[in-house]
Amino acid sequence: MGFLDIKNATKSYGSLQVLHETNIAVEEGEFLVLVGPSGCGKSTLLNMIAGLEEVTSGEIAIRGNRMNEVRPAERNIAMVFQSYALYPNMNVAQNIAFGLEMHGVPKPKREEAVRDVAELLQITKLLDRKPGQLSGGQRQRVAMGRALVRDPDVFLFDEPLSNLDAKLRVDMRTEIKKLHQKLGTTIVYVTHDQIEALTLSTRIAVMFGGYVQQLGTPKEIYDDPANMFVAGFMGSPSMNLFPAKIAVANGVPQAEFTLVDGKTGALPLPNPAMAEHDGRSVILGIRPEAITDLDGADRNSKAIHQVEARVEVTEPAGSDTFVVSEFGSKEITGRFRADVVVKPGDIFPFAINMDKAVLFDPETENRIR
Amino acid sequence: MAGGASDTVVRTGRVSRFVIYTVLIVFCIYYLLPLYVMVVNSLKPLDEIRGGGMLSLPQTWTLAPWGSAWSTAQIGIEATGLRPYFMNSILMVVPAVAISTILGALNGYVLTKWRFRGDTIIFGLMLFGCFIPFQMVLIPMARMLGLMGLAGTVPGLIFVHLVYGIGFSTLYFRNYYAQFPTELVRAAMIDGAGFFKIFQRIMLPSSGPIAVVCIIWQFTNIWNDFLFGASFADFDSQPMTVALNNLVSSSTGVKEYNVHFAGAIMAALPTLLVYIVAGRFFVRGLMAGSVKG
Ligand SMILES: Nc1ncnc2c1ncn2[C@@H]1O[C@H](COP(=O)(O)OP(=O)(O)OP(=O)(O)O)[C@@H](O)[C@H]1O
Ligand SMILES: [Mg+2]
Repeated sequence: MGFLDIKNATKSYGSLQVLHETNIAVEEGEFLVLVGPSGCGKSTLLNMIAGLEEVTSGEIAIRGNRMNEVRPAERNIAMVFQSYALYPNMNVAQNIAFGLEMHGVPKPKREEAVRDVAELLQITKLLDRKPGQLSGGQRQRVAMGRALVRDPDVFLFDEPLSNLDAKLRVDMRTEIKKLHQKLGTTIVYVTHDQIEALTLSTRIAVMFGGYVQQLGTPKEIYDDPANMFVAGFMGSPSMNLFPAKIAVANGVPQAEFTLVDGKTGALPLPNPAMAEHDGRSVILGIRPEAITDLDGADRNSKAIHQVEARVEVTEPAGSDTFVVSEFGSKEITGRFRADVVVKPGDIFPFAINMDKAVLFDPETENRIR
Repeated sequence: MAGGASDTVVRTGRVSRFVIYTVLIVFCIYYLLPLYVMVVNSLKPLDEIRGGGMLSLPQTWTLAPWGSAWSTAQIGIEATGLRPYFMNSILMVVPAVAISTILGALNGYVLTKWRFRGDTIIFGLMLFGCFIPFQMVLIPMARMLGLMGLAGTVPGLIFVHLVYGIGFSTLYFRNYYAQFPTELVRAAMIDGAGFFKIFQRIMLPSSGPIAVVCIIWQFTNIWNDFLFGASFADFDSQPMTVALNNLVSSSTGVKEYNVHFAGAIMAALPTLLVYIVAGRFFVRGLMAGSVKG
């Protein structure tokens, strides 16, 4: 049993089920990120934890207490909304103190708590301002202050950074992570940004179509995706997925696929168990950073293989150059060192780290292990 | 080249501006003339009016017609002046406006932020209620007031205006609150505020513009209403509009036009005052929904 338990929870609007049976046990102090594309049900699940949406079936429990019938105010949670939802008629100090006031905390104590939180978030100078007089980043801080001051069991964040510009978003991301390390409070955090998910979380639940597709640590989600959706959604640029066929040559299983010029490429699969799938059509998944120039390949890997292929496009990105070719009539992207000299039309040796390759069933889109 | 072009722009600007101002001034005179006539004639002795020259300024200025209209003129059968009826109107309009505005705000709040099964139907019915012609409800309403024991009283009139007013005030507040971010209500719920606390601390403080619109609208309508006043009031509960009519149409003696003018201005003054005090918020409130986005 976890600190925050989601047990067989579902949500339906009329006959439309938007969240299918979901089970997540969040440990105390964990940073759980719910990530997925728009409409996958992340906010719905978060609002169910908050008590803003009813649970259709199943149970939400915090510290072992069933919460389904408990009002949001009594769940000892705090929430930061995407639009910050600062009360426009109150100044920053009143905004932060409002929750305490509603919970009957006496005034001197409230003021002290507001001061402490303002110091922590460096917004002391803003306490007398109205929300309308704040920048986006400052509003974001105030919204966090309002959540922090309550000292809740669980923090809930619904896409708190999505209204900020790119630079500020990165800064605030770091700050949220620092805050979590400092306070150690359990956090459930919703985002559709997979980088946010990977950088912030201790565990990630990848959601799609009302189902949790995979629940795991960032490393598990990234290196060991359960299906093609997770593989494609997490990572940027996203994982290369292209059709291939398993064939056994000299007792070693390998994946065969066509290259741009009609030749066949073959990559040995490090897992000998794949030999039993001889002749099977699969989808081969390889991350861009596992497709490099020869010198850029990971020296610790024992499964670097070379494939000669024609370069279609090069995209210099400063620190790296992304090189696009075609495997199995799908565009694939490799991540080359920036100073490699390569131009479109070249036949170039690609070094592929097969340790990091994964296989999927083209029908079910599930992982073949 | 550039200089010549900008010259032309300025010149056409001047011409069109001249035309615009002329038209505006003409319309201004057109609209203000009746007010002017009323004011100057209410300050003249009666024989000056009889001698013609409605438009001329008074030769002898006098406040006597005002005094007469306020406290001594013959209204119906009694010579009380308009004062008691003015008081009736105030006693009617203040509670009617206050209650219908508050109820409208509550309704709007519930219909947008605490939605329930069938809420759109209820709102539809209220909206429909706004557009039922007054004449249709006269007889059923008279019966209702009789049953409630409110026939011929000021509270009876307040009730009638409430019933008619709530539809409009609900419409105003519902549309205004529909733009109001629901996340704010949710945040307040998590902060521990209940139904009325959220209304009082979060919704109401942001409702100024629409409240002004609602108050002006209700005040003008209720103050100016004649039909309900004439139908449901007794002599001692008649509102200003009905009394003014009685003053003007009383058949005994000579027609004291100057007194009539003074009485008419008195009847119009409160609505005028409300517009002057709250008018600039009125436009702002009407715009608020569309600009916010
Ligand atoms: N009141 C409602 N009635 C019917 N369907 C709803 C209602 N609220 C949400 N939904 C549906 O539930 C699904 C999940 O919505 P949810 O808001 O949880 O998505 P999300 O993952 O948070 O997306 P986003 O990233 O866009 O915020 C959506 O398909 C949405 O259309
Ligand atoms: Mg959402």
